[in-house]
Amino acid sequence: MSEKIKFGRSPVFFDPFERRPGPIKKNMHYCPGCGHGILHKLVAEAIDYHGIQGKTMFMVPVGCAVFAYYYFNVGAISVPHGRAPAVGTGVARAVPDSYVISYQGDGDLAAIGFNEFLQAANRGEKISIFFVNNSNYGMTGGQMAPTTLPGQKTATTPFGRNVLTDGFPVHVAEMVNTLTAPVYIERVALTSTARIMNAKKAVFKAIENLKNRKGFSFVEVLAPCPVNLKMTADQINDFIENQMIPEFPLGCIRDRSAEVENGTVPAPPAHDVESVKKVLFPPAMEDAADIKENTSEIFNRELRIKMAGFGGQGILSLGITLANMARLRNFNVSWMPSYGPEQRGGAASCAVIVSRNRIPSPMISKDCDLLIATTQTALDKYVGELKNDGILIYDNTAVTLPELPETMTKVGVDAVGIASRDVGSPKFVNSVLIGVLSVVLEQKGLLNAEDQADFEQAFTAAVREKFGKKPGAVESNAQAFAAGRQGIAK
Amino acid sequence: MAYSNSLMLKGNEAVIHGALIAGCDCYFGYPITPASEVAHSAAKLFPMLNRVFLQAESEIGAINMVMGAAAAGKRTMTASSGLGISLKQEGVSYIAALELPVVIVDITRGGPGLGNIGPEQSDYFQVCKGGGHGSYRCLVLTPNSVQEMCDMARTAFDLAEKYRMPCYIMADGVIGQMMESVRLPEPEDRPYDPEWKMGKAVDGKANIVTSIYLEHNDLEEINRKLQKKYAEVQAAEQRSEELYTDDAELVIVAYGICSRVAAGAIEQLRAEGYKVGMLRPQRVWPFPSDALMKIATNGKCKGFLSVELSAGQMIEDVRLAIECKKPVHLYNRMGGNVPSCDEVVEAAKKVLKEI
Repeated sequence: MSEKIKFGRSPVFFDPFERRPGPIKKNMHYCPGCGHGILHKLVAEAIDYHGIQGKTMFMVPVGCAVFAYYYFNVGAISVPHGRAPAVGTGVARAVPDSYVISYQGDGDLAAIGFNEFLQAANRGEKISIFFVNNSNYGMTGGQMAPTTLPGQKTATTPFGRNVLTDGFPVHVAEMVNTLTAPVYIERVALTSTARIMNAKKAVFKAIENLKNRKGFSFVEVLAPCPVNLKMTADQINDFIENQMIPEFPLGCIRDRSAEVENGTVPAPPAHDVESVKKVLFPPAMEDAADIKENTSEIFNRELRIKMAGFGGQGILSLGITLANMARLRNFNVSWMPSYGPEQRGGAASCAVIVSRNRIPSPMISKDCDLLIATTQTALDKYVGELKNDGILIYDNTAVTLPELPETMTKVGVDAVGIASRDVGSPKFVNSVLIGVLSVVLEQKGLLNAEDQADFEQAFTAAVREKFGKKPGAVESNAQAFAAGRQGIAK
Repeated sequence: MAYSNSLMLKGNEAVIHGALIAGCDCYFGYPITPASEVAHSAAKLFPMLNRVFLQAESEIGAINMVMGAAAAGKRTMTASSGLGISLKQEGVSYIAALELPVVIVDITRGGPGLGNIGPEQSDYFQVCKGGGHGSYRCLVLTPNSVQEMCDMARTAFDLAEKYRMPCYIMADGVIGQMMESVRLPEPEDRPYDPEWKMGKAVDGKANIVTSIYLEHNDLEEINRKLQKKYAEVQAAEQRSEELYTDDAELVIVAYGICSRVAAGAIEQLRAEGYKVGMLRPQRVWPFPSDALMKIATNGKCKGFLSVELSAGQMIEDVRLAIECKKPVHLYNRMGGNVPSCDEVVEAAKKVLKEI
């Protein structure tokens, strides 16, 4: 690497720093003795060395590095406090050929944004994170950070960090090492030339991993903050060497860079009209959509149907099949499931409304034309909503009828029994009930001859649409429909 | 191969169909009832179309992922409900400040606090009035059918991109949970590659996306620019649907499921000879103030009735829109309850006696 690195300024830095407001364009905004300048330089050199400048996306944190975009000529976004790994995830997933760098301080990464950080690490996002641990919040004026040492005085621990009330320093690199996905984890310091050269190797490795899309790389940097810690240059180096390093040992904690193969770049998301049609649009069916308008008089007003019973009885899918039959005959149709507290305790119900016109409320609380009830509770709860001349289909093995108006059509049927005996499984109960319904409509003369003849065809089309790829299921449902018709005819 | 465009879909599914037809590239979201089917549909359909789906670690994670993808120049969306939207507000403020086009689906539920999963419309304040810090606005579309859930997804992306601002699709739990027959719109090519996207080199400098302006005058200027944009949106993008407003003495104002219930109630009232109409906001920001003022001053209208699933949030905008020229009454249900047609009929009759 030495051949390509020249002394002086990395071309990844602006020269001058023209995005910096005010008259000073040559210097960084950091305090004297701050570690950010050194780390910025290492990161800029590594971006240049690995030739990724044009596609680098820099997550600019909240903290002292909030103005990093003054210096780096790369794509950048100022993100909310602590959210850099989440924003970086969004960028890396949306633009898979970009190179996402997250650069964060200890308050940003290890306090307010710890979840975003750990979750991105755990997902193994192909991003590299540089974590500046200077044992305090710099930008806001030297408050306690998760990394503040026991007993260390800060603006919010004026008597020293009390581990009994404030907890202990968080060892971020070691915590990341408990996760499976990360590829590279190292902790470095900036206290001497030798330490800085080690830090440089770590930074270059993390950027190399980024370039080769190895996976999540993490470098924790113990950095000086002499101004906030009220120390001289010598004192801060002594503090890092003799107090921070014993708490946060330096070295490589994990390096799987060599074992992990270079990652490939997935194709970016794309909008292809033909694929959209293929995935979202159902195949056209000859006997299904757009073939017929039903003309029976009962369709001149909206038809209101309610089904109710236990969860697991197929009540909701019974409603969906009826709704699909209506849709396939070009009616407007709504299906509204029981939803909210009602569905607690295993009760299930749904309302289906069929109309030539726009349907107002999809909910039914009165004027119901047809009620299908499979439990006593369901019947007791909803029979009051049924019109006096409405149709009630009920499970005659589970329901005892209360006194009901003479004008109401009441049809008791052991649909589950019919499905089990005649089709071989109770799961076909829905199609049995629709078969029963077709007979009731016929007996009451509610449909004209043409629509009556079409009823079974609409049912078959709805079933074929649903089970198109399972001919067995289509066949069994047809059998169940026929069994329902026979069962009620007896 | 021949395709049909006719489907039965839940509102929560239709919004994903619409978003994919509109060319949405990425979905980031966190599960929450009653919005979960939005994520379920996205989890299945986005990968099938080689697009990005990621279940985020939190609502906060999701909105920030959306922020990143939008800044990088991709069409992107998230979805949540009530308390989840509360958590996203920090990110929404940033997205508004960064002027990023983002679509956020809010399938509203009962609040405050944990509340319940029943339908309420009590997110109105938090999505229409800012919600997060700073003087910003979001577009808010309010579908009242499954078809509109599908169609408005595309409108949401179009508006978000045109004005570079977040756009909510706000629907109550009923509209999200119900199924209706839907006609999918024809998909078409929709190229999208914004000039301002992060990292794009312009004159040798990579674009950045930032919302920090230390100089007070700079930030004031940015705010004035944003307000100018919002004024343009208010002038150009109000949308509403009217029912019998020409001769109505009482005009119901309702959106979402309430407008469906009210439509039924109004037919009943008209059959009994009562002159009642409705204005349904199809967008609640910008609020259809011009249409309401026109009704308030048409010489026929004697008063308004705001029908809401909240303690009365939209009613404030109704009063502002008509500058209190006519009385505005409230009929509301909360806690997940939805009024029946009969309830609205009775409420309207009562108000008609008073105005």
